[in-house]
Amino acid sequence: MIKLVNVNKSFGNLHVLKDVNLEVAEGEKLVIIGPSGSGKSTTVRCMNFLEEPTSGEVYINGTQLTHKNKTEIIRNSTAMVFQQFNLYPHKTVLQNLTLAPIKLQKVPKAEAEELAYKYLDIVGLREKAGVYPSTLSGGQQQRVAIARALCSRAKIILFDEPTSALDPETVQEVLDVMIKLSQENITMVVVTHEMGFARQVADRVIFMDDGRILEEGSPEHFFENPTHDRTKAFLSKILK
Amino acid sequence: MIQQIMEPWRWQSLLAEWPKFASAFVTTLEIAVFALALALALGVVFGLMSTSHNRLIRIIARVYVEFFQNTPLAIQVFFVFYALPYAGVALSQVTIGILCVGTYTGAYMSEAVRAGIGSIPKGQFEAAQSQGFTYIQTMMLIILPQTIKIILPPMVNQMVNLVKNTSIVTMIAGGDLMYRANAFATNGTMSYGPSYLLCGFLYFLLCFPLTTWARRYEDRLKKRDIQTAEQLEKVEEGLA
Ligand SMILES: Nc1ncnc2c1ncn2[C@@H]1O[C@H](COP(=O)(O)OP(=O)(O)O)[C@@H](O)[C@H]1O
Ligand SMILES: [Mg+2]
Repeated sequence: MIKLVNVNKSFGNLHVLKDVNLEVAEGEKLVIIGPSGSGKSTTVRCMNFLEEPTSGEVYINGTQLTHKNKTEIIRNSTAMVFQQFNLYPHKTVLQNLTLAPIKLQKVPKAEAEELAYKYLDIVGLREKAGVYPSTLSGGQQQRVAIARALCSRAKIILFDEPTSALDPETVQEVLDVMIKLSQENITMVVVTHEMGFARQVADRVIFMDDGRILEEGSPEHFFENPTHDRTKAFLSKILK
Repeated sequence: MIQQIMEPWRWQSLLAEWPKFASAFVTTLEIAVFALALALALGVVFGLMSTSHNRLIRIIARVYVEFFQNTPLAIQVFFVFYALPYAGVALSQVTIGILCVGTYTGAYMSEAVRAGIGSIPKGQFEAAQSQGFTYIQTMMLIILPQTIKIILPPMVNQMVNLVKNTSIVTMIAGGDLMYRANAFATNGTMSYGPSYLLCGFLYFLLCFPLTTWARRYEDRLKKRDIQTAEQLEKVEEGLA
């Protein structure tokens, strides 16, 4: 469960998030859409305190995140998948997956590797365990990044435009993995413009504009009768 | 001068003094090894401090670097040797050599470490933070290992400079290699040529393996990158 209460975020004079209130239920699949610069990334980055709000509160499973407790809470509750994958280039695929479990969750090495292989199977990359990330295609790297997120056994996974940096032909392989994931009892918050994915997976979609949540509803709502003109304009652009 | 070098008796008298040269060699080695340990420790600590989010910590690191880079090592050594005893701090010449050469080189190493850390993409820090690594863990497990390739060449330069700079303690009668060479040459024989030749050769013995090792290690890292590129080509061929 994630809860944002009156969250504001400013970068210097730039007021980026304006009184954002949002609750994500356990197991919910939430998709965030909106134009570039509207604050989507900042919103999800506030959920794991990669950005600390200027004011307002963030709760993870009922505990308020603070500068002090964030590392501890984040370690056990959330994982993140980035637009640029951010795999560790000096570690093999397997080591990328086992580093945090071994060092942070104190899982024995053999057990961590077993877990890693299990998730590599799920993303279909078992045979890549021993190679370095730079030898993989973008789509493969992102699937490894998803497996790495799963290895933390966090119940909340945050995705910030996971397919935006990919060649068009590898987008679907990543979406397929995410669709597979959505059948698990994992809370997923996904910033994406892939409306097909949203339609198939999302329990709820929110549309952000200029640092605010302008509109929210089911994927169908957004396809059939969005309320605001801004939403309509945005959707007509990305759906054309 | 050439004539002097050719005279066998000068070499014979030099050879007769070899135990003194050996013990001076050991003194130089001792200063170099401990100064190197100190310089590496200071280099990493102040290098990390100079990338801190805390302004005060950054300023402290800056002051350290600027102070030691912009004053002559000789003055630092003289200050500690001649001035500090008036404040009740009297250190042995070897200790002074270790402290002064170590802190002086540490400033340069800290700059190399800072540049190395600065070259790592922000995404690497964010991935580590999102997994719940503490700041120290992030640096030790993820960031610093990636900087080795970048900072190795300047670091080795600094190591070699350090070994050569230990000769500064000659100026305070430090009993090191250079001091022994001086003492022998000015001890009535005037065998400057042979004495300094031997002395230079012994410094060379210390530095050459260091630069050779560094070049080999660099080549190996480069080869690993080439292999990675080759693997990548194979993967692409496989896909085609
Ligand atoms: N670290 C930062 N420093 C300064 N401005 C930032 C920073 N991160 C984001 N911004 C600004 O905040 C606004 C919202 O950014 P972001 O949340 O990334 O939007 P989105 O993900 O919807 O494109 C943008 O105007 C962006 O330039
Ligand atoms: Mg964004």
